Amino acid sequence: MAEEFLVNIQEERLSFFTPAGEVKALNNVSIQMKEGEVLGIVGESGSGKSVTAYSIMGLTAQNGKIVGGTVDFNGHAIQNMTEKELRKIRGNEVSIIFQDPMTSLNPVWTIGNQIAEAVSLHTDKKGKAARDRAKELLELVGINEPEKRLKQYPHELSGGMRQRVMIAIALACEPKLLIADEPTTALDVTIQAQILELMQELRKKLGMGIIMITHDLGVVASMCDYIAVMYAGEIVEYGTTDDIFYNPKHEYTKGLLRSIPKFHEKDYSRLVPIDGQPVDLLNPPKGCGFAPRCASCMKICLEVKPEKNYYGGVHYARCLLQQKEDFLKNSGKGEV
Amino acid sequence: MPKYILKRAIMSLITAFLVATMTFFVMNMVPGGPFLAEKAVTPQAQAAMEAKYGLDKPLIKQYTTYMTGLLHGDFGLSIKKRGRTVAQIIAVKFPVSARIGGMALVLAVLTGVPLGAVAAFNRGKFLDNLIIVLSTAGIAIPSFLSSTLLVYVFTTKLHLLPSLGLKDARSYVMPVIALALYPSFYMARLMRSSMLDVMGQDYMRTARAKGVTTFKSIFKHALRNAILPVITYLGPLLASLMTGSFIVEKIFNIPGLGSEFVSCITSRDYPMIMGTTIFLAVFVIVMNLFVDIAYAFVDPRIKLK
Repeated sequence: MAEEFLVNIQEERLSFFTPAGEVKALNNVSIQMKEGEVLGIVGESGSGKSVTAYSIMGLTAQNGKIVGGTVDFNGHAIQNMTEKELRKIRGNEVSIIFQDPMTSLNPVWTIGNQIAEAVSLHTDKKGKAARDRAKELLELVGINEPEKRLKQYPHELSGGMRQRVMIAIALACEPKLLIADEPTTALDVTIQAQILELMQELRKKLGMGIIMITHDLGVVASMCDYIAVMYAGEIVEYGTTDDIFYNPKHEYTKGLLRSIPKFHEKDYSRLVPIDGQPVDLLNPPKGCGFAPRCASCMKICLEVKPEKNYYGGVHYARCLLQQKEDFLKNSGKGEV
Repeated sequence: MPKYILKRAIMSLITAFLVATMTFFVMNMVPGGPFLAEKAVTPQAQAAMEAKYGLDKPLIKQYTTYMTGLLHGDFGLSIKKRGRTVAQIIAVKFPVSARIGGMALVLAVLTGVPLGAVAAFNRGKFLDNLIIVLSTAGIAIPSFLSSTLLVYVFTTKLHLLPSLGLKDARSYVMPVIALALYPSFYMARLMRSSMLDVMGQDYMRTARAKGVTTFKSIFKHALRNAILPVITYLGPLLASLMTGSFIVEKIFNIPGLGSEFVSCITSRDYPMIMGTTIFLAVFVIVMNLFVDIAYAFVDPRIKLK
């Protein structure tokens, strides 16, 4: 079974070793993903969503180390690979597009040069052939006048165009997996939609898997097959998109859904924010990571780490309250 | 671009004019005169000499005479070196200094820039610390000390290199090293800090995500972005190196412009002071213009207007 997965992360623990101590960024994160699937990772800043995805290509900062578990990608055991071996996969089998296209392109080299570089690094196409491929890629991502763009510098393009260029670079070697780290956060709303449409189109055309990192639930709803909700370095809820949107089990997921504006509904009630601060991963809490901010927090939540509890299919959540409610429901002791 | 250069050229002329004017008056405010050191000069002889060089006329008159000459490209006669014009002296001495200075510059860039880059890429490790210690020492040690040390080691102890004059290729080694030492280490420090800054940029992460090798990410992606501060420093550096260093030229007995410049000030050789100062100023101005043009080539975002 296991070899069928494109990405198979098992109980990954990853820590950053800082002067202040060990920051436990990921705690027993498991993700399985088949080829061509789209997985959304949702969570707030510092919840570990980017780190999870970066660790698939060994791209975490130098002081970040996988301290437990396994990260398997396309048959490679990432946690055992050297930087040199990782270089062969990066940009080849797995690519990434970053949040800010304004700063993610090198300002002193032309677009053509930067795309062609990605092409020639992992294929036999060098020089002219790489440039031709770069032009092809620009056409693929929907940039007009590709011949002219090849000679332009990043500062001569708009934000949306630059993000398209970033996508072109990422697709240079037709990767099996594309990691999109908040690809639309820095863009205008109209451009956001265009970029998302483009990504969906390309996915159909090229059949690659996508990991979509975002804090925008609207983005995941329209694109993803599966969603992982992360909080404090853990996946607190995982399921299909329908599971998460129509049958959320974790209090944090429910909170996230409550904080989306609903424009189609008649009652314009105020949005419900999630109060409090994200947890300090230098000193993670003993119990549920979300407990200190949870409106329905029980005493036990502060003491005991909740285990996975399955709700049909792949859908699981780590929430003691939900477990209690389920227990009461099943034992027929009336309302919850 | 041509319009920009023309604009800069006109501004440069104004700057050169101001430099000439200020030097002229400040020079004349300093006590002393060119003939005071000469022994047993009779008042008549002194008056005759002053008349010959026009020093008996009112200052304003002297100034207008000099500036008119300057406009015609006439730097005047040297007072101390009888029978030779200032232009002739500069024409002989400048190439000597420029050759040594140019070599020192090339050496400094070729050592300083890679040192800084390597230090940045090994941040916090042994190599980085070693380069920091070396460069701090290199900046702190004055050139008269480093020159003397070089002479002590290579001439007195090892008998490898000649310590005086410029007879053959070997005699260039020590002066060039002595001159290059400070700028090399200074550039290493500049390069290190600007490289560290660049390494934190998003596009370096993009390069890493593409699978670019460390070597290529330093020399292709980081260097060109990080080198701007070094280029800024290069302008004044080029001017100061090529016009000669008084200390290094004195120690190695090199007939260059640097030692000439200082000695003409102490001997109040007015036309020489004026000539060398204006020459130096124009040189600095031109080098800075080169630097600004170089900017536009290194960083496509910079437009010269």
